[in-house]
Amino acid sequence: MTVLAVRGVHTFYGNIEALKGVDLEVAAGEIVTLIGANGAGKSTLLMTICGQPAATRGQIVFDGDDITRQPTHEIVARGIAQSPEGRRIFPRMSVLENLMMGATTAPSQHFADDLDRVFTLFPILKERRQQRGGTLSGGEQQMLAIGRALMSRPRLLLLDEPSLGLAPMVVKQIFQTIREINRMEGVTIFLVEQNAYHALRLAHRGYVLVNGRVTMTGGGRDLLANAEIRAAYLEGGH
Amino acid sequence: MPGSAATGSASPIVATLKESAVAALVAAVLAVPLLGLQTVQEPGGLTLHTRWTWVGIAVGAVFLGRLLLNVAIAAISQRRAARQQRSATSLGQAVNRYAVSLTAAALLFAVALPFLPFTDRYVLDVSILVLTYIMLGWGLNIVVGLAGLLDLGYVAFYAVGAYSYALFAQNFDLGFWACLPLAGMLAAMFGLLLGFPVLRLRGDYLAIVTLGFGEMIRIILINWQSLTNGSNGITGIPRPTFFGLPFAASAPADTTTFHQFFDISFSPLQRIIFLYYVILVLALITNAFTLRIRRLPVGRAWEALREDETACRSLGINPTNTKLTAFSIGAMFAGFAGSFFATRQGFISPESFVFLESAIILAIVVLGGLGSQIGVVIAAIVLIGGPEIVRQLEEFRMLAFGGLMVLIMIWRPRGLLSYREPTIRLRPRDRRAAVASDAATKALP
Repeated sequence: MTVLAVRGVHTFYGNIEALKGVDLEVAAGEIVTLIGANGAGKSTLLMTICGQPAATRGQIVFDGDDITRQPTHEIVARGIAQSPEGRRIFPRMSVLENLMMGATTAPSQHFADDLDRVFTLFPILKERRQQRGGTLSGGEQQMLAIGRALMSRPRLLLLDEPSLGLAPMVVKQIFQTIREINRMEGVTIFLVEQNAYHALRLAHRGYVLVNGRVTMTGGGRDLLANAEIRAAYLEGGH
Repeated sequence: MPGSAATGSASPIVATLKESAVAALVAAVLAVPLLGLQTVQEPGGLTLHTRWTWVGIAVGAVFLGRLLLNVAIAAISQRRAARQQRSATSLGQAVNRYAVSLTAAALLFAVALPFLPFTDRYVLDVSILVLTYIMLGWGLNIVVGLAGLLDLGYVAFYAVGAYSYALFAQNFDLGFWACLPLAGMLAAMFGLLLGFPVLRLRGDYLAIVTLGFGEMIRIILINWQSLTNGSNGITGIPRPTFFGLPFAASAPADTTTFHQFFDISFSPLQRIIFLYYVILVLALITNAFTLRIRRLPVGRAWEALREDETACRSLGINPTNTKLTAFSIGAMFAGFAGSFFATRQGFISPESFVFLESAIILAIVVLGGLGSQIGVVIAAIVLIGGPEIVRQLEEFRMLAFGGLMVLIMIWRPRGLLSYREPTIRLRPRDRRAAVASDAATKALP
């Protein structure tokens, strides 16, 4: 069953066309990754799915409903959560308050259970729950951003570059947790990454975005083995 | 640079001496023609005298002065480096640690103030003024401190409150207590009115539009002669009554005055003391409301909006509603304060609602440390009470006051109390551990 379908989406920043007709699909229970170089339009696609900026042409369908031109807070209330690029946690609010903010759209009777779930996935957050978000390390902030997104009980979790600026050990840990979230919780995950190696190893399927267009698609392991991909995104890096 | 001399690793003493010598050399070059040579009118015409002692004194003074200055700066910067870890944050934390006892003491003092031996009419008047600004500061703190919306036209809502009380009381013969909620509601509606056009604006642009809004209200008040009596203002605004009992030496027939009812002798102070308690209660209500709403989802959403609007959207918060509630609730409290102002003064005119008032209220909030409730109290006492304390300086009063503000901003660039206490915690014991681990994280380089 298709959870998210992006059909021929064009997005503009003023006159600049950042997405030039993107098509992709994410099925329920999948981890799908979108890899590409800097400026390919990866983050723009995630933001377009959330309606900010809205797509100029094309259609975005979530759970059978057209969400293309809906305001962000209504899209999010439908069950899409995003852990944004650069994490964007609330630095002067405590970890617990950050998580409470994540639960804005969730019914309040689940709050305690959801909090337990997030603390089980990221035990360090439980330790640091009274600490201000801004005083966490980069890896902990990333965990907080993912935890905050999970607090809204999403059916689709959008992750924008969770490995950005983190030590390799921490990246490994975060990707492990992403797999866990997908397996244990059954949350569908759409992952945008520059770190193609980790992302493709994790994902069931992958898309390659070049200059606002999807140029290649396939199973994660197949793409990982693909010579072109290896040359463009993997050689020298890992 | 004096700092570089002090921190020079090779040998700071030599560097300091060298720098002082350079300064002395410059002084010598300047002093020789300026001090060393003197033309004296003598019978034979102008002759040139030399005054080498003067030059010597000047050069010596500059050398020593520079040396002492360097030593002082070195000492200060060393102490500052040692204290860097516990700057503004630690003062805030210290205040927060004793928050309960401090608040209780301050509250007790505020309640007892009218009956303390040194309290006279003047002290009460200043205290009422300070409390009015504390209330305004707490109201603006909702908009600026919590929601992070820079509002330079806050006085407009104060004016709306004052005029709505004055006009309702005069035209419909309504009492203060009936007008108070009406004034608050009207001000809140004006808050919404301002909120709508500025929703898309942030930071500087928002500040400019709110500034314009504040001026618009003032100019409308001046020009709407038929309603507001223009710049002549409104006189004879009814004084508040003690639940129907007026404060007066002698009441007209068939009314009982306050002192008759309680069978005490009349004193003009009774009304002032009553006003004092009214504004104290109004201010405390503002504070209690803010403290409560910070723990509710809408209050948390305000704070999150201040931190990161984009992240807020991605969490499903409707920024439109969130901003509008902040604007209108903040405005409502200004409306309450405005209607108190009108009843206290008995006379209002557009002159009381100039931009300077907005600036002072904003200064109270910023100086107190954005979002800090106790900070607002301290800042209001400093900013409103301060000019009264230094009144004997006469024409240098504003100079001293300005200097004080500059000093505070140098000493505490993020406000007097910049530490923000989390609004929720699980158990008191956890908090101490959290503070300790917080400090430990910060101690790491």
